[in-house]
Amino acid sequence: MADDMMTIHLKVWRQAGPDKQGRFENYTVEKVNPHMSFLEMLDVVNETLIHDGEEPIEFDSDCREGICGTCGFVINGQAHGEERGTTVCQLHMRSFSDGETIVVEPWRARAFPVIKDLVVDRDSFDRIIAAGGYVSVGTGPKPDANSVKIGKDVSDKAFDAAACIGCGACVAACPNASAALFTGAKVSQLAMLPQGKPERGRRARRMVHQMQEEGFGNCSNIGECEAACPKEISIQNIAKMKREYLRAIFTDS
Amino acid sequence: MIPLKRALSSPTGRKFVMSISGIALVLFVIVHLLGNLTLYVPDGGETFNRYAAGFEAMGPFLYVIELGLLAVIVIHMTWGIATALKNRKARPEKYAESVDSKGGPSNLSLASKNMIVTGVALGIFLVVHIWHFRIRKVYVAETTEIDGNEHADLYALVHAAFSDPLWVAFYVGAMLFFGFHLRHGFWSALQSLGAMKPEWSKGIYALGFFVALVLTVGFMGIPLYIYFVG
Ligand code: HEM
Ligand code: FES
Repeated sequence: MADDMMTIHLKVWRQAGPDKQGRFENYTVEKVNPHMSFLEMLDVVNETLIHDGEEPIEFDSDCREGICGTCGFVINGQAHGEERGTTVCQLHMRSFSDGETIVVEPWRARAFPVIKDLVVDRDSFDRIIAAGGYVSVGTGPKPDANSVKIGKDVSDKAFDAAACIGCGACVAACPNASAALFTGAKVSQLAMLPQGKPERGRRARRMVHQMQEEGFGNCSNIGECEAACPKEISIQNIAKMKREYLRAIFTDS
Repeated sequence: MIPLKRALSSPTGRKFVMSISGIALVLFVIVHLLGNLTLYVPDGGETFNRYAAGFEAMGPFLYVIELGLLAVIVIHMTWGIATALKNRKARPEKYAESVDSKGGPSNLSLASKNMIVTGVALGIFLVVHIWHFRIRKVYVAETTEIDGNEHADLYALVHAAFSDPLWVAFYVGAMLFFGFHLRHGFWSALQSLGAMKPEWSKGIYALGFFVALVLTVGFMGIPLYIYFVG
């Protein structure tokens, strides 16, 4: 076991606060177990830092099983690291080589300001959802189960779009820092389903306009977002959002 | 309903403007190339000059078409430059380790990353090109007789230009930018409009390469043909 242990050199973005000047700091981590996740490796680094009376490296995480979307930063220029379809909490040290230097920096976008170190403020995503990424339901008696029929092909596509965990990797990876995949996934998921149809026009308008207010860039159809998405959500959802928006230009509903 | 101003400036709406103007330019460019293919006819320029003279027969209607075309180009350029500037502002602090492609479904390439660069190069090219052949046709060109009428000898103007290796290099170079712009542009325009079924996406991206290649080779061949063959 001990023979497998790795040595890793880290170059981590350290920034004390939102308005503070940040810089890269170098750390060497010895005896890294290759079966640790990237976050567990950072936990070990932080133990040492705390022990030495220094400020630990701040990063976000919650479930650590790739389903909540809390974690995420850029590793060697790639959102969530080089491996496709994965979050940093599910990225293991065995995918790096012994002695490697790894550059770690936060998501970079005007709409995602840095709070501290690797933690960014993603409230802009919440505001996009609040603008229309929901279905208004009337209260009243509960409808019968299966009273609303949805075809398997439609429900599959809607489900694929609904897989978004809102981590922000799409924005981080996009050369334009556009939130088109995040917004498109929600617009298209709800527009496909009967429950979401009544509000589809209003939703497309409000969500696209909120995305603009937040200062995200404009989609250039490069598709780096899809490559970086831990849930591999397709940019077909962006095309669907374009159709929804086009429709919403001319209709009231 | 969305107010017009908003519809033309929102992230999705502004790309409608770019893609519709872009598609209009692609259609124009296809017609332009088809016409210019007459330059390949080895008859001392008679076919080409006849084709060019045909435009004069349109009278003032020609100006309407030319102004319309100019408007489309100006709109495309204005929206393109404004969009690129906004995109730049969306990431004020750059990554230290520059993001290269994660591969897979991504279309990140020299072409897709540099639309604004190839676009601005095309804008500069267009100014030179319009001066070179459109304006000089009126003020510089000799005349030639077609069916008893005097017409500008546009062929002689083109021929003289493409006997100069510097002009040949300029046009060949410009067409490289054009090819890269279209390689991403064709697919991008259809995706921006949402004008595709998921199953078509790969095919349209491939078609974009084909369209860019055919148009680029077609245009690029003209100066090369005239320089090397005559
Ligand atoms: C005159 C100078 C030009 C400039 C400054 C320019 C600029 C741009 C820019 C910046 C984009 C990318 C938009 C984005 O991805 O965010 C673009 C897209 C495009 N351009 Fe141009 N361009 C020019 C000329 C042309 C010409 C001559 C054609 C056609 C023959 C053309 C066809 C297209 C197409 C089809 C698109 C895709 C539209 C879309 O992404 O929705 N452009 N242009
Ligand atoms: S911590 Fe939940 S997805 Fe990584």
